Amino acid sequence: MKLKFVAAAIAASFVAGASYAAEVEVLHWWTSGGEAKSVAELKKMMEAKGHKWKDFAVAGGGGDAAMTALKARVVAGNAPVAAQIKGPSIQEWAQQGVLADISGAAGEWDKLLPKVVGDVMKYKGKYVAAPVNVHRVNWLWINQEALNKAGGKAPTNFDEFFALADKFKAAGMTAIAHGGQPWQDATVFESVVLGVGGAKFFNDALVKLDPKAIDSPTMLKSFDTLAKIKTYIDKDAAGRDWNLATAMVMNGKGGMQFMGDWAKGEFTSANKVAGKDYACVPTPGTANAYTFNIDSFAMFKVKDAAVQKGQLDLATAIMSPEFQEVFNLNKGSIPVRSGMSDAKFDACAKKSIVDFNATAKSGGLVPSFAHGMAVPSATQGAIVDVVAKFMNSNMSSKDAVAALVKAAKTK
Amino acid sequence: MTSRVADHWLPKLVLSPTLAASLLFVYGFILITVALSFTESRLLPNWEWAGIERYLDLFDNERWWTSAANLAIFGTLFIALSMAIGLLIAILLDQKIRGEGFLRAIYLYPMALSFIVSGTAWKWILNPGLGLEKLVQSWGFPDFTFDWLVNPDMAIYTVVIAGVWQSAGFAMALFLAGLRGVDSEIIKAAQVDGASTPTIYRRIIIPTLRPVFFSVTLILAHIAIKSFDLVMALTGGGPGTATDVPAIFMYQFSFSRGQLGLGAASAVMMLMTVIAIMVPLMYAETKASGAGR
Repeated sequence: MKLKFVAAAIAASFVAGASYAAEVEVLHWWTSGGEAKSVAELKKMMEAKGHKWKDFAVAGGGGDAAMTALKARVVAGNAPVAAQIKGPSIQEWAQQGVLADISGAAGEWDKLLPKVVGDVMKYKGKYVAAPVNVHRVNWLWINQEALNKAGGKAPTNFDEFFALADKFKAAGMTAIAHGGQPWQDATVFESVVLGVGGAKFFNDALVKLDPKAIDSPTMLKSFDTLAKIKTYIDKDAAGRDWNLATAMVMNGKGGMQFMGDWAKGEFTSANKVAGKDYACVPTPGTANAYTFNIDSFAMFKVKDAAVQKGQLDLATAIMSPEFQEVFNLNKGSIPVRSGMSDAKFDACAKKSIVDFNATAKSGGLVPSFAHGMAVPSATQGAIVDVVAKFMNSNMSSKDAVAALVKAAKTK
Repeated sequence: MTSRVADHWLPKLVLSPTLAASLLFVYGFILITVALSFTESRLLPNWEWAGIERYLDLFDNERWWTSAANLAIFGTLFIALSMAIGLLIAILLDQKIRGEGFLRAIYLYPMALSFIVSGTAWKWILNPGLGLEKLVQSWGFPDFTFDWLVNPDMAIYTVVIAGVWQSAGFAMALFLAGLRGVDSEIIKAAQVDGASTPTIYRRIIIPTLRPVFFSVTLILAHIAIKSFDLVMALTGGGPGTATDVPAIFMYQFSFSRGQLGLGAASAVMMLMTVIAIMVPLMYAETKASGAGR
């Protein structure tokens, strides 16, 4: 009797909640400077279309806090209209049966997006998420002045890379500026695997997790290369934040850094100019490859017809050329939509756009492993643990490969 | 009559909301966590039965064993050192010295800081490029090295240093209160009998502090097992996973990696550790104090 009453009360509160929600609620964790500006742009676009925007911003923890809030809301049966979710996590959420089909807004997306990107946004062939931007991860940032002194030629393979690193070291610099945090270790690792093995090997080993590819001489060589990179990193790197490592490259204490294109934001805000103060080049051996990290909004199932219309309008607005341009100019990434003018973007972004389109055709476009685009979070975490251990101990390359084989089986 | 009924029911009535709240939010959620640890839960709770599979995953996870070993090292040293230093300071302060109140406050104040603050401060102090090592080197000892913070084999001991710095004063306060509670007649009698001060402490005062030792162990042990913020602020679990502790393991697997079942299993193991340490301790203590009376 009592239970029935409680159940009725809970049901009533849900009904009340659903009929009240005639607004578009969006969960995101873009709360800092340029990012917040970009979100405000989206809000303006939605309001121009006559929708009420409800901001559901949860800052902190690189999205962990937002995910916790999202889980609580979904379990309570009160999901927001859209939430910032990316990569295979989209599939994980879709498997829970809570994501909405937005084919109504995605009619032309197959033509506008490279297939590898479109596949990430789809569940069982239907679009369930809208992509916002593309970050390239396999960038190498070099202090231009130091590079000029060392001959002025950016390294295109690992032999040249280590030759340059030796010159930096001889000049009294920390050759490789790095922050010893697991995700940064993984960022270097994936660029090394891509550089040593190429895009196909990267795909087999770190996306498809093929045991034959992981347990191979190429992977062993990748770890050997990583071990050599380790010797050029200063010992204070443990726990250093990525932007402090970027600052080292900026002020000439460090020579170069492996980091995604969000590092450009640091250079730009310090009024440094690409080509004059710093150089952005693909990491050694990856000129014809591109590891992408794409932010996206996953769309949750909603009942109210007006809100459903708002959801489709939101998806359309996100993919519109105007939003893609404004958002990415603010954030330092590039538009995911093809066929847009690059006139307003800087030199690094222009190169990124050219490479994105070229690799989409050649097959060199691969999802970033370190940034949650390639494999489910559990497997990614297990592999990152191995890489972090390798970077911070005397583990041999052979043991690392064996540990990697085991970690890749994590389900 | 009415007043007697009220006397009888009022305390129970007033206590019942708290009781209900702790039953639900503490014990209820413990039960849910235990239940989750036997399921296939991934991103969200999923009540499909998985048996002991999550525990097998857990015991096969190298990182879990790193965490457990770190907790053993940290817990033992943290409790032992906090207690030893706390007791020593308390005995020294107990010598009826001048400015005792002032000194006591100085030793106790670290406890008023949050672990995040002390963790961050110690991170800077212990960083070889910024803190102690650089300072001593600039004093003219270029060979001085103190790089425990960035040395995977030694990093866990920096957590001990910061933890002890923060908690020793608290142990001191408890011991000092205990020392003040010792009957001065007994001490005078011992002095009349010609016992030296060290002997008085060793044979009379410290044995009477037994309940204080118990309370200090109890409080420090649960601080050690729950430790999360200190490690996060000081080392972030690094270098690599060198200073990982079970609380960080639990948080990452439950909330960042979509392995709620595994995270729940690790939480249950932490609870079991607490029970395994606390229950015998509490049992021994009640038995001893019962026999003493």
